[in-house]
Amino acid sequence: MTDMASLMEDRAAAKVISDKMHKPVDWDSPKIARNIKKRYAAERRFKIYGLSAIGIALLALFVLGFSIGSKGYSAFFQTYVQLEIHFDPAEIDPQGTGDPAVIGKANFDGLIKQALRDRFPEVTSRRDKRDLYDVVSGGASYDLRERVLANPNLIGQTRKVWLISGDDFDMLNKGYIDADVDEGSRRLNDKEISWYNTLVSSGAVEKQFHARFFTSGDSREPELAGIWGAAVGSFYTLLVTLALSFPIGVLAAVYLEEFAPKNRFTTIVEVNINNLAAVPSIVFGLLGLEVYLNVMHLPRSAPVVGGLTLALMTLPTIIIASRAAIKAVPPSIRQAALGLGASPVQTVTHHVLPLAMPGILTGTIIGMAQALGETAPLLMIGMVAFIVDIPGGALDPATVLPVQIYLWADSPERAFVEKTSAAIMVLLAFLILMNGLAVYLRKKFERKW
Amino acid sequence: MSLSFLLLAVAALCALSFYFGRQRAVALSGGRYSNLHSLPAHYGTYVALWCGLPALLLLLVWHIFQGSIIEAMIIAELPSEITGDSGQLSLALNSISLIAADNGQHLTVSPEVIDAGHRLANLQSIANAALVVVMLTGASIGVSLSYRKISPDLRARNNVERISRWVMIACSAIAILSTVGIVFSLLFEALHFFSKINPVDFLFGLEWSPQTAIRADQVASDGAFGAIPLFVGTLLITIIAMCVAVPVGLFSAIYMGEYASSKFRAVAKPALEILAGVPTVVYGFFAALTVAPFLRNNGAILGLDVSSESALAAGLVMGVMIIPFVSSLSDDVMSQVPQSLRDGSYGLGATKSETIRHVIFPAALPGIVGAVLLAVSRAIGETMIVVMAAGLAANMTVNPLQAVTTVTVQIVTLLVGDQEFDSAKTLSAFALGLVLFLVTLGLNVFALKVVQKYREKYD
Repeated sequence: MTDMASLMEDRAAAKVISDKMHKPVDWDSPKIARNIKKRYAAERRFKIYGLSAIGIALLALFVLGFSIGSKGYSAFFQTYVQLEIHFDPAEIDPQGTGDPAVIGKANFDGLIKQALRDRFPEVTSRRDKRDLYDVVSGGASYDLRERVLANPNLIGQTRKVWLISGDDFDMLNKGYIDADVDEGSRRLNDKEISWYNTLVSSGAVEKQFHARFFTSGDSREPELAGIWGAAVGSFYTLLVTLALSFPIGVLAAVYLEEFAPKNRFTTIVEVNINNLAAVPSIVFGLLGLEVYLNVMHLPRSAPVVGGLTLALMTLPTIIIASRAAIKAVPPSIRQAALGLGASPVQTVTHHVLPLAMPGILTGTIIGMAQALGETAPLLMIGMVAFIVDIPGGALDPATVLPVQIYLWADSPERAFVEKTSAAIMVLLAFLILMNGLAVYLRKKFERKW
Repeated sequence: MSLSFLLLAVAALCALSFYFGRQRAVALSGGRYSNLHSLPAHYGTYVALWCGLPALLLLLVWHIFQGSIIEAMIIAELPSEITGDSGQLSLALNSISLIAADNGQHLTVSPEVIDAGHRLANLQSIANAALVVVMLTGASIGVSLSYRKISPDLRARNNVERISRWVMIACSAIAILSTVGIVFSLLFEALHFFSKINPVDFLFGLEWSPQTAIRADQVASDGAFGAIPLFVGTLLITIIAMCVAVPVGLFSAIYMGEYASSKFRAVAKPALEILAGVPTVVYGFFAALTVAPFLRNNGAILGLDVSSESALAAGLVMGVMIIPFVSSLSDDVMSQVPQSLRDGSYGLGATKSETIRHVIFPAALPGIVGAVLLAVSRAIGETMIVVMAAGLAANMTVNPLQAVTTVTVQIVTLLVGDQEFDSAKTLSAFALGLVLFLVTLGLNVFALKVVQKYREKYD
């Protein structure tokens, strides 16, 4: 009864208040219309802010891609010069032995220089001759030797041969050196440009696909430098990283998700994993330098050390991804296995892990992609050395793709700019491939329970 | 004998032990597996584990200690005039290892060093042979013990599961080990540094010029290790980066979460994530070769003197790199604001933008602050962009058009190339690393606390 009474009282009070309130809002009044217009304008502005923010981000992505692509595409082609080479038997194989050892030692550089002198007989001074020899790259003589070794019948003949050109000449042909500016402020002098024009007008200059860029190691000469050495170094480094971080990461994730009791140890491990994921990569480099090089005396610049360092970095990524994938496997699967008499370890190895594997692999690939792009920690452990040879194993000195990019970006020669951009394109292609694979795996094996 | 060959050999031995262990269990069962306590494969695994684990453990321990023990043996034999001076000693050790690797023909060194080189080569080959013997012995002891223990009553499954449990615990402990490793390696060298330079001078000094004389007769400045200019430079670049990343990241998260159609989101979201996947060295190249000249040329048109290694170029590009980080974190936070709050606001007649500004944003604020703090910690620790695009000169300035240097740049410059682990120059990198580690760790712990506290509110 008292409830009813209080309700009646409330109603009465409400009536008093509503009587006292202003008259109902006139929604058609100009003031309200103005106000609504203002609010809608603010709404549109706000939406435009959001859209332009995304626009800025996409624009940045586009500019980045465009500037790399426009600088780098020309590195996939290389200028070649056609010269008439006389394979002089007196120079190559005076005794006519036909022995590859004798032919291999011949002065092919001299043949090229002779051909250049024959092509431009008007060049006489020592200085000009030296400039003239730069038209052809120092690496061309090796190509010539390979050619003769492959086909000894060439000896004694005179053939037109396409030879790889020097880097300045290549830059001129690609339009990066402006022939119109003052002679003193460009890399090539007027004479060199006139030789170029002569060669072009006789059809002896051509751009060919630059396969050497993909097959050779680093070099001081831009036209001879390639990314294969760095790619192999990256491969060994990632191999070591994967071999360590994948099993360790998966086992740790299984333990933390399936077996670990809730105790102090587990909490400390979890806090540590979360913090390690956010430690700057360069700090891992300092760790690698101190522990692997100073304490354990592992070889400097070796992919093993790089892999060990990167493994510690990728571990948190793999553990976090694997835990998420294991958690996503529904408990009913485990209960069914346990109910049939499987031990906890059998349940995990026979049922939970196979079902979680696509998720674990996706996380691993993403972690590997991060490791492939990582540079800073590898600088700390000496993987920045100038290494010409292709590494033959994980203990040989090597460099990796991103460090190669860093080294080339620091080189003063103009031709290295396009090499750097091209190497970036190759690195990005690998990253896109890996991430694409991760997306594909996720799409293909994604299961809704 | 190479490492990979050793590992392959261990793997082959494990496979063999698995096979024989399993065979023996099958033979003992007399054709009826129900006579056995465990499945035959468990017996095989049991033997294989006893073969592989001792071998691998021995290999690990051996590799941790081999280098330092052999070095100590070499140093003990060297004459005191070489070991007395640490600079000479490291030079001599370098030549010794070159001679040992048969690369030292061109070196002009004293006969003691050449002898030591040959002794090193000798010791190394002995050590490698001994390692193989030790590993084989360890493996065979393990195999013979476990093989003999195989009987139908052996609780092989329980044993294997117990071992695998310990292996898993060891794997989890690596997370702790690496943190401990980081802390100790930084602390050890940093303390070494602070024994030469007063920590107060380091943390509050206003001048940074780490060039010190390595030899006594060299002409060089004494070196000043005041890190304040580095902190200022780091802060300046971080602030510029945040000025780009926070508004752009936040607004794109808002648009993505509240306005965008699902079709637009399906295209724009992965595109933004590409920005996060681009390696930092690529951003560095972009900053140094595209953005910096662009700013310099346009600055010249406006009559501004922009340094070619300006803080602005590095900061802008770093901001672009961090956009997806801010946007995805704040997207997460804002999507966790309960729908009921939105519905309430719409019900009162608020427009979308009013709802976002007055309801969702304040509700998500703690999470967004956490996201920004994480982004700041990332900007502070970022290395390659600043190494390639920011300068080396430690200018004390807050002018974004001038060149500044950062903590990470100095660490890289100090440690790439020759290192002298007893000069303050090299050691200062570790002190800087320690500061960097502590600051980023503090920021992360704080940010995670903030985010977690916020999450509890709505769950």
